[in-house]
Amino acid sequence: MDSTQVALAERAAEEQRHHSKSLFFYVWGALLAMTAIEVYLTYQNMQPGKMLTILLALSIVKAALIIGYFMHLKYEVSRMKWVTMCSVVACLILMTIFFFPDAFRILYLGVK
Amino acid sequence: MADSALHDIPSVYEPSLFGTYSKKIGMWLFLLSDSLTFGALLYAYSYGRISTAGWPTPFHSESIVNATIMTAFLLTSSLTMVLAVRASVERNAKAQTLWLLATMACGIGFIVLHGREWSNLIEKGLSLPMFPAVPGAVADPEFVNVSKTVPQFAATFFGLTGMHMLHVTLGVIYLGVVALRRKFIPILLALWLAAWLLIPSTSPFHYGSYVLLIAAIVISIILWLKPKVYDSSDVEVAGLYWHFVDLVWMFIFPLVYLMSAKIL
Repeated sequence: MDSTQVALAERAAEEQRHHSKSLFFYVWGALLAMTAIEVYLTYQNMQPGKMLTILLALSIVKAALIIGYFMHLKYEVSRMKWVTMCSVVACLILMTIFFFPDAFRILYLGVK
Repeated sequence: MADSALHDIPSVYEPSLFGTYSKKIGMWLFLLSDSLTFGALLYAYSYGRISTAGWPTPFHSESIVNATIMTAFLLTSSLTMVLAVRASVERNAKAQTLWLLATMACGIGFIVLHGREWSNLIEKGLSLPMFPAVPGAVADPEFVNVSKTVPQFAATFFGLTGMHMLHVTLGVIYLGVVALRRKFIPILLALWLAAWLLIPSTSPFHYGSYVLLIAAIVISIILWLKPKVYDSSDVEVAGLYWHFVDLVWMFIFPLVYLMSAKIL
């Protein structure tokens, strides 16, 4: 690595040194607790639509915790956060727009 | 890190656009592209589920408990990975290696449980045409029926979870290289040989074990061309990959397992 890269890596390491170790244990505990809630809901025989909404909401919160704290994105510069998250969310929204109306059409109208 | 603090690093090049080193940006770009791969697979599974009447719900209580333990393994591995990164920035080489090995152990636990679950499903009759037949296996009518009436279930289930299992396996190998460097190559070869000899040829994992051999060859070439001692930036980048694998499972577990559960 050239001197710039080394300096940037050193700065990233210095950032990490300031984070409390207990924070990671709290995040891990929260992730396990949310997983336990998901499994509990499975045993309650809920209506599929309602259950899917709750499970997806919990999954998004879990994903945000992993990306933010474990993957350290919360502490990156705002440019990095916006470029990475906006690009992937935009692609997933496009997939949703293309796929799901068609999937529902097949379900209700049949394959023509 | 404040944006304004980025420009005080002396450099022969322009300041980094994203305020961090290139390896990390490279890994983030790879992970973004990989998230679209998994996104496409998850969408394919969901599309199949919505558009197919009579979508099977083959995961009974035993499978749910198994998948929950697998999830706990992955979440714990993410915690040990964070602790490995922290040990690396504190320049505590021994703790770094130990935490990396703990992460690998959790990853291996996940793979073993997942492999056991796949084998159970295949034995019961939920299979793909490419999988070899299991001699003497007593098929469960429920699963045989699923394979015949809704073949897209087995295709999307094995495709999605198989892709994830491959990522976890490669992640364990990646961490093994970062933790042990050249010492990991004979371990990997021994693992491949053990897998090849001990797993019966009727299991897809018998052929899947070639991943370990191919990885050993690739790693040998890489370490021969560029031998190095991995520093904290390498551990952090490896950690990004590992957390991503965990992240993807946070969607597979509810969408595939919990939404297709049949609790009796």
